[in-house]
Amino acid sequence: MIEIAALTKRFPGAAHPAVDKLTLRVPEGAVCVLIGPSGCGKTTTMRIINRMIEPDAGSVVVNGRNVMDVDPVTLRRHIGYVIQQIGLFPHWSIADNVATVPKLLGWDAARIAARVDELLALVGMDPGMYRGRFPRELSGGQKQRVGVARALAADPPVMLMDEPFGAIDPITRTHLQDEFLRILHDLKKTIVFVTHDIDEAIRMGDRIAIMKDGALIQYDTPEAILAAPADAFVEAFVGADRALKRLALVSASAAMDAAVAAPAAAPSIEGSASLRDALARMLSLGVDTLAVAGPHGAAIGVVTLAAIRARTRTKPASEH
Amino acid sequence: MLLVEAWQFILAHPERFLSALWTHIALSASALAIAIAIAVPLGVVLSGTRRAAQFAIAGANVGRTLPSLAVLALVMPIMGTGFVPSLFALTLLALPPILINTYTAVRQVEPDVVDAARGMGMTRNEIRRKVELPLALPVIFAGIRTAAVQVISGAVLAAYIGGGGLGDFITAGIAMMALPQLFVGAIPATLLALGTDRLFGALQRAMTPAGLRS
Repeated sequence: MIEIAALTKRFPGAAHPAVDKLTLRVPEGAVCVLIGPSGCGKTTTMRIINRMIEPDAGSVVVNGRNVMDVDPVTLRRHIGYVIQQIGLFPHWSIADNVATVPKLLGWDAARIAARVDELLALVGMDPGMYRGRFPRELSGGQKQRVGVARALAADPPVMLMDEPFGAIDPITRTHLQDEFLRILHDLKKTIVFVTHDIDEAIRMGDRIAIMKDGALIQYDTPEAILAAPADAFVEAFVGADRALKRLALVSASAAMDAAVAAPAAAPSIEGSASLRDALARMLSLGVDTLAVAGPHGAAIGVVTLAAIRARTRTKPASEH
Repeated sequence: MLLVEAWQFILAHPERFLSALWTHIALSASALAIAIAIAVPLGVVLSGTRRAAQFAIAGANVGRTLPSLAVLALVMPIMGTGFVPSLFALTLLALPPILINTYTAVRQVEPDVVDAARGMGMTRNEIRRKVELPLALPVIFAGIRTAAVQVISGAVLAAYIGGGGLGDFITAGIAMMALPQLFVGAIPATLLALGTDRLFGALQRAMTPAGLRS
């Protein structure tokens, strides 16, 4: 768990504080996405957590300990750190890169070797094939897999990720997002994730913290932020298509009416598909009812246009 | 014909030749070793600063443009003649390329790599030792190679201020218009410089971490 309280940081010569009395609590095992326009203080906030930047005021407590009471080097060895440019050590093999923190912590060689193989396999890279390779021999996506494996090496309870997929092509990015979301959730890591991409925030975040000029504007689940933006800034930031983005968060099986039998002629959609896909299918086929297919293909309920509408009816921000 | 006479000269005076060759190598190697010991740590420290670095690098660049003979000539009135003044002058000659290359090499290490190292909990010293220096090593070695060749060539001129070495044969050869004797100094000095360049080229490749070799 990470508890940030009244955190303030002002860089010399800056007109306003980079972080301005920020208070934020990230529950254990949750992915908290910090998002906002350039200069909103999201990266500064993240870097204060592992003391890459020292705050002027306020506190950060990680798993019960105030980070200011911990030696920065020790602190950082127990917090995973992934950056957009990845920063793999080009002169070290993939195995040595992954082993960075275990070596700093003085693990014995056998334990390190076993851990490296375990992690490479976890991030989907064959240890036998990649252990001895060098970073320049890998693609951007593979490098970031190694970057994440390296951050996970000493099994830190908390991970900081600064736009980890920013430099990766869109198709690989979506794939890595899904994959890492699964891995990190399985490992129950508490994660602070910085991005400027709202779609990534919605996809990755259990909670999204929207920042502007160093201040926290809204902190809530993706669903709640899309349904009820706190102000005009958030509304503009999440985009005019926020109703569609909300639909993308809900699966057809979660929104279906299981009590209603599907009409025989109704086209069907898989239960795991999102309501956004269901809506697209309804629009393209000119129907307002779809049968929802279960894992074995049999219809398990129906999803209707009316049900989708009921879920997307939002109040404009001004009514709050 | 001249070459044969030069060879006969060496055979006639083997001790003189070997002693001159030895002085030449000792002078060059000592100057290079001292310059490395000063310029590499200095370059690393300077890479972390800004104003002091600009000052030092500007100085080094001026130093690099000074002709070798001028450096020797400038040292003589202050320190007199002999081995030590020659060593001092040659060390001065070797400093700029090593200093400039070390400074540049460390500065050129990707900031993201250093940020990642720091973010994973390496101390300042660990970052220097495990990340910055290994990545800078090929470029530092290129500077050492340049300096080594310069020093070996420059050491020929040490004869002018009584430093000894192969330059003695050259100055004597010129003074007496004895070409074979001139060759006794000039050819081994040239071969020494070429050989050193090759040797350091090989060392430079060996020092390049495997992950950086293309």
